Amino acid sequence: MSEPAPRSVDPQGLLRQQVRWRLLETVFWLAVLIPFFATPTYLVLCSQIAIAALFALSLDLIVGYSGLVSLGHAVFFGFGAYTAGLLSAKLGWNEPITGLLAAGFASMLLGLLTSIIVVRISHFALIMVTLGLCLLMFELANQAHDLTGGDDGLQGISISPVLGYFNFDLYGYTAFGYSLAVLFICFLIIRRVINSPFGLSLRGIRENPRRMPAIGSPMRGRLRTVYVMSATFAGIAGGLLAQTTEFVALDALSFQRSAEVLVMLVLGGAGRLYGGLVGAIIFMVARDQLAGLNPQYWYFWLGLLLVLVIIFLPNGILGGIAHLVSRVRAKK
Amino acid sequence: MTDAPVLVTQGLDKSFGSLVVASDISLSLPKGARYALIGPNGAGKTTLINLITGMLTPDAGRIVLGGEDVTEIGPADRVKRGLVRTFQINTLFPNLTPLEAVMLAVCERRGEAGTWWRSLPSYGAAAEEAYGILQTLRLAEFCDRPTRQLAYGQQRLLEIALGLAAKPKVLLLDEPAAGVPKSESGELFEAVAGISSEITILFIEHDMDVVFRFASRIIVMVAGRILVEGTPAEIATHPEVREVYLGAHHG
Amino acid sequence: MLLFVLSVGLSVTLGMMNFVNLAHGAFAMIGGYVTVTLMKQAGWPFFATLPVAFLGAAVAAVVLERVLYRRLYRATDLDQSLLTIGIVFMSIAIAAYIFGTTQQPVELPSYLRGRLVVGDFSFGVYRLFLVASALVITALLVVGLDYTRFGAQVRACVDNQRMARGLGLNVDMVFAVTFALGSGLAGLGGAMAIEVVGLDPNFGLKYLVFMLIVVAVGGLASIRGAFFTAAMLGIIDIFSKYYVPQVGSFIIYLVMVGLLVWRPAGLFARAR
Repeated sequence: MSEPAPRSVDPQGLLRQQVRWRLLETVFWLAVLIPFFATPTYLVLCSQIAIAALFALSLDLIVGYSGLVSLGHAVFFGFGAYTAGLLSAKLGWNEPITGLLAAGFASMLLGLLTSIIVVRISHFALIMVTLGLCLLMFELANQAHDLTGGDDGLQGISISPVLGYFNFDLYGYTAFGYSLAVLFICFLIIRRVINSPFGLSLRGIRENPRRMPAIGSPMRGRLRTVYVMSATFAGIAGGLLAQTTEFVALDALSFQRSAEVLVMLVLGGAGRLYGGLVGAIIFMVARDQLAGLNPQYWYFWLGLLLVLVIIFLPNGILGGIAHLVSRVRAKK
Repeated sequence: MTDAPVLVTQGLDKSFGSLVVASDISLSLPKGARYALIGPNGAGKTTLINLITGMLTPDAGRIVLGGEDVTEIGPADRVKRGLVRTFQINTLFPNLTPLEAVMLAVCERRGEAGTWWRSLPSYGAAAEEAYGILQTLRLAEFCDRPTRQLAYGQQRLLEIALGLAAKPKVLLLDEPAAGVPKSESGELFEAVAGISSEITILFIEHDMDVVFRFASRIIVMVAGRILVEGTPAEIATHPEVREVYLGAHHG
Repeated sequence: MLLFVLSVGLSVTLGMMNFVNLAHGAFAMIGGYVTVTLMKQAGWPFFATLPVAFLGAAVAAVVLERVLYRRLYRATDLDQSLLTIGIVFMSIAIAAYIFGTTQQPVELPSYLRGRLVVGDFSFGVYRLFLVASALVITALLVVGLDYTRFGAQVRACVDNQRMARGLGLNVDMVFAVTFALGSGLAGLGGAMAIEVVGLDPNFGLKYLVFMLIVVAVGGLASIRGAFFTAAMLGIIDIFSKYYVPQVGSFIIYLVMVGLLVWRPAGLFARAR
């Protein structure tokens, strides 16, 4: 049955359409440079946002693209933070870039270990195990206060200039530039992963895990790989935190932080590449403004935000926008 | 002409507590066969497919594919060896397009689905192959829309496309036309009829017209056992079959 | 054993409807604050406040279920988790606003205070009261489930929802009532817990983890599982405080992770 059908569609072209770099993306990445010129007093906050964005992006790999749930992703963030912090504070290794790579590597190993457990379970047990691992690490860090400083946090971190030249200044120029550069590089890598056949198989797992073995896919192996990737990037984000603030608090490993990054991701829209970034920006800016007004009520607004987003915008802000756009297009 | 059988099961048993869903199932499919598996609801037909593909573990018995014992091998590895099934209820990827879905299956088969450092469009051969499969099933014009937007009949065709993408040696079709109205099922069965004669097919079906038209041999299952096996002519006149299945089958 | 009372409702709810309700702890907190308010403002005796604590939490549960939870029965685990976490956060803030962030003390009636000496052993009277109540509640639950018509309906819905619906059972109503009962029990547990662990706005979150552990490790919808796990947790807690005080909750988390990896459906999981 091989009748050459008239070809008006080029399948490769269709695929290229989906993965090509869009103008809006260029606009976004140029726009994030604005704070350097427009709001130099907020650069410290901006570097925090960049770090949160990377953290959210790492979570998106497993939550948005693979369909897993993790209530304890901060375990990798905190592990990376403490690794980078300890390298400097205890071992006197102050070079930032290698320190960051070490943080990522350490989290990668932790991810490797935990992935073996995590990919075997699903549903409620998965929620509990990811939560449990995070709480476990938190307790460990809490107890080991000789090493980690416990409740007081890890101090004595002092980071050398980036590339030997960019000193970490008080205003945060270097911190923001450094964080932004790392975010961008990691973003490019993650973008490639998502647009690869591997990324497609992740989405397959998310869409229908039952079908995957039926097309010959080694689901567990794929999930282990993406879990390790996700842990690595979360660890790098944590390392950035340690290096740019020269301090690591216990809360880097806390459930609160795991919940927060989940909120950021869902707010922006999981499974949409830029969802974590957008969510991080909105969340951190909102928190900075609202918590300044009245810290107690922050929990209320946070809770309300969560409830409203889940009910009315289940695909996050980017999802809501995409929906609007497609409805407008359908009308034309 | 005696070719070695492509798929053989020997004495497959499966029970859930006191419920026996499969009892001493032994069958043998030669290459290029077009066998139909029929039986009343609850006879255990889908269960048998689950057992053969490895989604269920048998309590006893063996499954031999192309001369190789695959009883201990997992479902994904059986697919890699050419044992493929489709699902009675659409088990598709709602938010992927048909092109993406079939391409995923093709990449998995080609061992390319694990690479994360190369972009999807650069896999031209896989894309062409996926598109080709969609073309043969007349799904090409919808290849770019999310699966959940496809009509039900088109989704059933996509089920088959995913099966074909794995380049099966043995294809197990679980009620390929389930839920498709008679007026539309013709196109679907044309597609099934057009499948290469190199591929061995076992299909579950309730519509007797289709069964008698496409099957070279019919296996009748009742309550977990194989009642009888034979050519369409034999089965049509078999007294027990008429009583148990055709007779009790009121429209 | 407090943990059992607090967790059993969550276990049944999760097992029956597959709805991840992380706000369960908030219902406990509601019960606690009801008791405190009634005792302080209205001068009610302790025992009288308990049924009201139960009812208060149950009513809150019904309202929440009608307004919010219904919409998400088919949603993903993630969405359900986040929605209910959002509710917990809101309840923490509301409680802080109304009651302040300090611990709320409660005065027990004199016959529940002090210790009871039997031979060589001395038991806190209140602890005995807790154990006794837990046993009574367990008995009521078991009898209710096994011998009443409603109990049979509950069991049917847990075992096979689709078939139950097909048989004409009003599954939604069964679930709503069960959910109210389970949350009411949480409220009761919260009220009884004040004396043991104190009450502050963070109650819902602090003890949520342990409730979840009881449910996960015990097995969904398993009363035996919840009972056993709650007891086990209590024992581990006492022992670790005695022998290895610096380790804290670490052991509990480690054991939980280990047990769940070994038996993801819980120790007393129902065979499906």
